[in-house]
Amino acid sequence: MRLAVQSETFDLGEEANRFAAAQSGAGAIVTFTGIVRDNGGTLSAMEIEHYPGMTERAITAMMTEAQTRWALHDVLVIHRYGRLDANAPIMMVATAAPHRADAFSAAEFLMDYLKSRAPFWKKEIGVDGTEWVQAKDEDEAALTRW
Amino acid sequence: MIDVLYFAWVRERVGLGREKVDTSAATVRDLIAELSAREERYAAAFADLASLRVALDQELSSFDAPLAGVREVAFFPPMTGG
Repeated sequence: MRLAVQSETFDLGEEANRFAAAQSGAGAIVTFTGIVRDNGGTLSAMEIEHYPGMTERAITAMMTEAQTRWALHDVLVIHRYGRLDANAPIMMVATAAPHRADAFSAAEFLMDYLKSRAPFWKKEIGVDGTEWVQAKDEDEAALTRW
Repeated sequence: MIDVLYFAWVRERVGLGREKVDTSAATVRDLIAELSAREERYAAAFADLASLRVALDQELSSFDAPLAGVREVAFFPPMTGG
């Protein structure tokens, strides 16, 4: 299990390869990567604020929970903070499991929880000014399925 | 003394990210009332509790939670990670 909360960018291919190479006997690896949308060219960057300490604590708890709910060999979460340009990677989740159903479910569970329970706040920096991203009701509702 | 932290637009409204507060507030709600009475910028930050979340010692909590033994209180809007 590895968690990285960092300002630096990451290389999806490299991270996925390193994660895969560390597994033996995992029949399935799922990766998800979140990218800064450019909103049709109106967004130039995203500023992500976080709560150091609580961020690591909250995500570690989610990862541990995922490992108790599904048969996982390994879990990786990388989440960035700071100023991110449009089209840059924001975060990634990787799960390794004997079978794909567990790997997919655990990755979705982690994504849903990262959205609403990890202390990050996004501010869009657009051509017309800046705006805090509002949490959506459907993101909160998504947690009820777990 | 208790460490009080503010994030995102709560931080912007209060005008700082962290401060030490000398308080005898029994609950989070009492602390909010105390701060709001102190200055307008706090009242503006705490105007709508439905759009606020609170963490006590880095665990999500509720406005009615007691502050006894708590070292760190954080106020912020609903999270938007992922």
